[in-house]
Amino acid sequence: MFKINVTDRIKTTPKTSVLTLLVSLGAGMVTIGLIFLLSGVNPFFAFYKIFSGSFGSFYGIKETITKAIPLILIGGGLAMAFRAKFWNIGAESQLLMGAIFGTWVGLSFGSHLPSFVIVPLMFLAGFAGGALWGVIPAILKIKYAINEVISTLMMNYICAEFMIFLIVGPWKGKTKFGFPYTDDLPATATLGLLPGSRIHYVTLFLALLSVVLLAVILYKTRFGYEVRVIGENPEAGKYAGINFFKTTLIIMAISGGLAGLAGVGEAAGIHHYLSYPDSISSGYGYTAIIVAWLAKLNPLFVIVSGLFFAGILVGGDAIQISLGLPAATVEIFNGTLLVFLIMGDYFLKHRVRLLWSKPTLT
Amino acid sequence: MEDIIISVAQRTLIAGTPLLLGTIGEIICERSGILNLGVEGVMSIGAVTAFIVTFYTNSPWLGLCAAMFAGMVISMVHAFASITLQSNQVVSGLALTMLGLGISGLVGKPYVGKPLEIKMQTFPIPGLVDIPFAGPVFFDQSPFFYMAILLAVATWFTLEHTRIGIKIRSTGENPKATEAQGVNVSLIRYACVLAGGAFSGLAGAHLSVSYSKSWIEGMTAGRGWIVIALTIFSLWNPTRAMIGAFLFGGIFVLQYLLQPMGISPNFLAMLPYLTTLVVLLLIGLGDRRKLNAPAMLGEPYKRGER
Repeated sequence: MFKINVTDRIKTTPKTSVLTLLVSLGAGMVTIGLIFLLSGVNPFFAFYKIFSGSFGSFYGIKETITKAIPLILIGGGLAMAFRAKFWNIGAESQLLMGAIFGTWVGLSFGSHLPSFVIVPLMFLAGFAGGALWGVIPAILKIKYAINEVISTLMMNYICAEFMIFLIVGPWKGKTKFGFPYTDDLPATATLGLLPGSRIHYVTLFLALLSVVLLAVILYKTRFGYEVRVIGENPEAGKYAGINFFKTTLIIMAISGGLAGLAGVGEAAGIHHYLSYPDSISSGYGYTAIIVAWLAKLNPLFVIVSGLFFAGILVGGDAIQISLGLPAATVEIFNGTLLVFLIMGDYFLKHRVRLLWSKPTLT
Repeated sequence: MEDIIISVAQRTLIAGTPLLLGTIGEIICERSGILNLGVEGVMSIGAVTAFIVTFYTNSPWLGLCAAMFAGMVISMVHAFASITLQSNQVVSGLALTMLGLGISGLVGKPYVGKPLEIKMQTFPIPGLVDIPFAGPVFFDQSPFFYMAILLAVATWFTLEHTRIGIKIRSTGENPKATEAQGVNVSLIRYACVLAGGAFSGLAGAHLSVSYSKSWIEGMTAGRGWIVIALTIFSLWNPTRAMIGAFLFGGIFVLQYLLQPMGISPNFLAMLPYLTTLVVLLLIGLGDRRKLNAPAMLGEPYKRGER
């Protein structure tokens, strides 16, 4: 009879890693196809539409890059936080805080200052806003033993409600005829776009720069070493004299701050005003969690996985229109792929073999 | 005036019912050591399943049963990943939420904007309903409310006073020692995750066949996350969950009530999340042992590992 034999895998080669990743993604795609099939949607047509919508045309590629910007910025920061086993689920609101801070600076000072002064100021403010919102759960965790998953989740909702309060209340635009938006940012405080696209190149540059810097920090500096030790072997870290409080604060300031930059990019590059939280960010903070996971928590790989999930977001919009599917369809992709990715990790850590053994009489 | 008070009290209990149902489920799950962040998704699956089954059979009770079953089925994803494959429970739970929201959105799409012909009727309890004030508030509710109360008490009793309850709690506290006592830790955890799924499904059913009688995408509206907050707020105790759920339910009702008086509904909407943080902070400032969190919450258990 067949017997499943599980042993620990001592060593993983790059080949097994890549193979596991591809098989996980493949199995995920097949499952998604089955879900489509069961819901009466032709899976081949749906996949074709998603691919052609995201990577199949010049317009699609431009949109995909646009949506990859926040995913790369946030995904890189999350990769570092997750390395230290700090489960930051709050990137969504760290992004929103960045958007709030950045927009405030832009609206307040934008009309008096030239673009090359106001735009850096907005990004600085956005970074500060995101970092502030990210540091709070770090303090709560280290000083008061409050689980960061819970605190960051709660803070997502608190921030979203705060933002709605701002746009329907004190920040409601005088030029918006009663709609719940802030006034438009002055032209100097908006980000330049690549011609014929919505790619705000300053933020794109920041995103690419950030993942390179993160990779250098993580793999080439003492601080990066401390981050990895905190995540992999906290006991050893304590003996080595690592200051957990300081390191965690810096990690979350960076992770939150990068999400804040993404928020400024969305507000000043795409929308040019603040509106409802779910229109400023279409769940980038949550999607970036999968982006980081798919990248195996390596900041450089985040560029690829960010583009991949940006493609799914754009393709998801495309099938919504062409097949009349609901907006949540993208969540099926996100959820299923994430499930298969974490399942793949099991096979990386273990050797699972199906053995044939003769039934023996005992 | 009395009418208004009665109506507010009634609506508070209605709004608190799905929160209580979800919270009991999450308490069972977390007491066994498994953190399930998928409640929002499972609730959504429950809501859409209950709606579709009721839509075709005109029986809300059948819809309710189907919702519980569907909640268990989708929760298998989390159970398999976090128990058998020892995956990261935070990530796996988030995946479950995404999956649940996505599938329910896709499956429910054709039913948007088609109200049910019949919904779960309120069931006035004969005799008790005639008590002044308390009667109409407590005893003129939908069966979901009575179920939630009974299940909360039953869960409290089971967890605290029965053998199976001891097994569940010790699985969450010290799985290794529990396994040494001859208890199948994986089996207990599977059962608890599935029970949690059934409860969340039931909570979702309440939304689509009792609270309202229609299905729209995203109708769970963050209640699943409030459940996660409530589980901690109630310190993993089903009886305290009753207080918490109806307190948070009251905040829901107050949002609409206080808005005309110029109080921002957004600050009220923040309250459940803010209170949870404050409660955690107060406990963190004082004696952390009072938190009473299952010691091995979120830690995968690997058999035979030293």
